[in-house]
Amino acid sequence: MKKTVFFGALTVAGLAAGVASASTLDDVKARGKLNCGVTTGLAGFAAPDANGNWDGFDVAVCRAVAAAIFGDGNAVEFTPTTGETRFTALASGEIDMLARNTTWTFSRDTDLKFDFVGVNYYDGQGFIVPKALGVSSAKELDGATVCIQTGTTTELNLADFFRSNNISYEPVPIQTNAEGQQQYLAGACDAYTTDASGLAATRATFEAPADHVLLPEIISKEPLGPLVRHGDNDWGDLVMWTMNALIAAEEYGVTSANVKELAAAPTNNPEVNRLLGTEGELGAMIGLSKDWAVNAIAVSGNYGEIFEKNIGESTPIGLARGLNAQWTNGGLLYSPPFR
Amino acid sequence: MAYSDSERDGFRLSQLIYDSRYRAITIQAVTLALVVAGIFWLIMNARNNLAALGLTPSLDFLSNPAGYDIAFYLIPYDSQMSHGRAAFVGILNTLLVASLGCVTATIVGVLVGVLRLSNNWVVSRLMAVYVEGFRNVPLVLWILLFFAVLSESTPAPRAFKPDENGVSQASMYLSDSFAFTNRGVYTPAPVWSDGSGWLVAVFILSIIGAIYYRRYARKLLFDTGRLLPMAWPALLILVVPALLAYFVLGRPVTLDYPTLGGFNFKGGLNIPNSLLALWLALTVYTGAFIAEIVRAGVLSVSNGQTEAAFALGLRPNRTMSLVVLPQAMRVIIPPLISQFLNLTKNSSLAIAVSYPDVRATLGGITLNQTGRALECMLLLGLFYLILSLAISLVMNIVNNRMKLRER
Repeated sequence: MKKTVFFGALTVAGLAAGVASASTLDDVKARGKLNCGVTTGLAGFAAPDANGNWDGFDVAVCRAVAAAIFGDGNAVEFTPTTGETRFTALASGEIDMLARNTTWTFSRDTDLKFDFVGVNYYDGQGFIVPKALGVSSAKELDGATVCIQTGTTTELNLADFFRSNNISYEPVPIQTNAEGQQQYLAGACDAYTTDASGLAATRATFEAPADHVLLPEIISKEPLGPLVRHGDNDWGDLVMWTMNALIAAEEYGVTSANVKELAAAPTNNPEVNRLLGTEGELGAMIGLSKDWAVNAIAVSGNYGEIFEKNIGESTPIGLARGLNAQWTNGGLLYSPPFR
Repeated sequence: MAYSDSERDGFRLSQLIYDSRYRAITIQAVTLALVVAGIFWLIMNARNNLAALGLTPSLDFLSNPAGYDIAFYLIPYDSQMSHGRAAFVGILNTLLVASLGCVTATIVGVLVGVLRLSNNWVVSRLMAVYVEGFRNVPLVLWILLFFAVLSESTPAPRAFKPDENGVSQASMYLSDSFAFTNRGVYTPAPVWSDGSGWLVAVFILSIIGAIYYRRYARKLLFDTGRLLPMAWPALLILVVPALLAYFVLGRPVTLDYPTLGGFNFKGGLNIPNSLLALWLALTVYTGAFIAEIVRAGVLSVSNGQTEAAFALGLRPNRTMSLVVLPQAMRVIIPPLISQFLNLTKNSSLAIAVSYPDVRATLGGITLNQTGRALECMLLLGLFYLILSLAISLVMNIVNNRMKLRER
C-alpha cells in the first residue's frame, strides 16, 4: 500500500514538474538571475568582449531588465542562440526573454505564441556587395549567388524580392553571421543579405570596410525587438515597461549620469517623478521596487546613450539614428506615458 | 499419502507472487504495464505542455506555401510551392547523396580492404594509414575539411572573366567544358532532343544483350569447360549499337556547355561544392569502415581455400574474385548493412556545409518558419526510419541470396 502511494506521489510530482509554472517573475526572482537569449555574436548588438563579458545594444536591454528586478545589471545569464534555436529556447522556458534582433511578425506573435513587447530597433533588409562587382542596385543582382542566414524572415523577403522583380538568384543558406561573413569574404557568394544594421555591424569588422558597399534598396520592414512567451502578461508588461523607461528617459533627459541625482528628490517634472519612483507607486504595479526604473537606467544609460555607445555614429558600426530617433526628432520612438 | 491437493485447486491471489508457476508471468505483466504507463505519461506530458503553450499538433502547415528558395533541387521547385514539396526536394537530395555515397564507399572499401592484405609492404601500410586516419576522426571534420579545400583552393567565377588585357586569372578545362569554382563544379549537361528516345531504347536492348551473352558464356563454361572471353565482348555489345544508333539518328543528344554569364556560369550542369564535399567525406569515412569489414571477411575464409585454388592453377586475381570474395561475402554483408545505414543517417550532417537535404529543408527552414518543431522532427524521424528499414530489407534479400546453399 505504501508503495502504491509512493508511486502515485511520484507520478503527480512528475506531471507537476512537466508543466511550465505560472509566473516567470517569481521563477526569475527565485533563481536570482535573468536568463536572456542573445545572438551568437554580432558586433555592437551582442558579443562577448575580451574578458567574456557580454556587451551590446541588445545586451543592454537584458541588463536593464535584470537591474529593474534585482538592482544589479550583472544578474543575467546570457544564452547565445542561432536563428534556428532561438524560438525553441524561449518556448521551452530555457530563457525568460529573447533580445536577439528578432523581427516582429504576425505569425510569430500569434501562431508561435510569443509576445513582442516593443521595438528597440527599426530596421530593414539590405544587401552588401564587394565594390569590385560594380553593382549599384539590388535589381542588378540577376543570377547572383546570395548568402543568407537560415531560419530568418530575411530568407522569405529575399525570395519575395527576387520573384517580384522577376530575376533569379542562388541562395547559400548559412547558420551564423560569422559563417556568412567568412563565405562572403571568400567569394563563395556575390552578395550577403541581412538586416541593414547587421550588415553595417558586419562590415565594421572587415579588414577593408571601404571595399564593400551597402546597396540602396531596403527590401523589407524589420521591426526588431525583445519578446517573451505568450501567456504571462505580467512578465511581458515588466519587460515592455522597462524598455519604455529607457526610451522615456531619453525623452525627458534622464541619463546614467544624472539619474541618481534626479531620483534623490522629486523634481518639478511629474512625469520624471513617476518614472523614477519619487511620486506614485508605479513599481509596485509591476511587482518591483520603487526605484526599478532608476536601476534600469543607471546600468547602461537611456536609449540614446545605449545606441550611441554600441552602434552609434561614433562607433565603428556607425549607424545614424534615422527611424530610431525620438518622435520629437522625427523618429518612431514613442513611449506611452508613465502615469 | 493422500493429503489433499484438492484444497490447492482453488486459485489464490498470493500465488501470483509465491507460486513459481505464475511468478514469471506476474513479473512480465507488471513490467509491461510499467512500460506502457511510462510511454503514456511521456505522450500525455508532451500533450499537456503543448496545450499549456497553446499549441496543437497539426500537419496542415505542409500544404502552405514554403516561401523560401532551395539552392539545389532535382525536381522543379520554387518558393511558391508548399512546405511538403520543399520537404520532398530535401528527401530527394538526401537519397541522392546517400546512394552516391553507398556506391562509392563500397568500391573504396572493397579495394582498400583487399589491398590492405596485399603482400606489398608499402601498399598494405598505406591502406592501414588511410583506414586508421579516416575512421578515427569525426565525420563532420572531414566534411568541413573537404568543403574548405574545395572552396578555398578554387577560383571564384569572377576570376574566369578576362580583364581589360584579355587575360583571365582562371581557365576552364577540356576545351572549355569543365569549370572548377569555389561554388561548385560546372560540367556539360546532355540535351535530349527528338529521336533520343530511340537511342535510349537501343542502349537498354544492348544491356539486355550483354547480360544474355554473359549467361551464354557461363552456361558454355559449365557445360563444356570452354572459357569464352567475358569483358570485352560484353563491352562491345554495350557500346557499338548505341554509338551506331547515335550517328544514324543524326546525333539526337547534344551537350550544353557552361558559359560565363553575369555573376555565375550559366547552362551546363552545376554540382555544388557542398554536395561534392559531403559525398567525398561520406565515401572516405564509411569506406574506411567497409575496408575493415572486407578485410575481416577475407581473413575469415580459410587459407586452405586459397591454397587449393592456387594448386588448381588459378591466378591470384581469379582466386580472389572467384573463390575468396564469394565466400567472404557471407561475413561481409551483415555488417555492411549497418554501414549503409550509418552513411544514410550521417548524410544529415549536410547542414554543416549547407547542402539542402531533408534535415535542412523540413528539419531546418520549414521548422523555423512554421515553428512546428515537434511535427517536423517526428516526420524527419519517420523518414529516416522508413529509409533505414527499406535499406535493411533490400540488403537482407541480397544476404539471403548470398547464403551458403545447403542441399
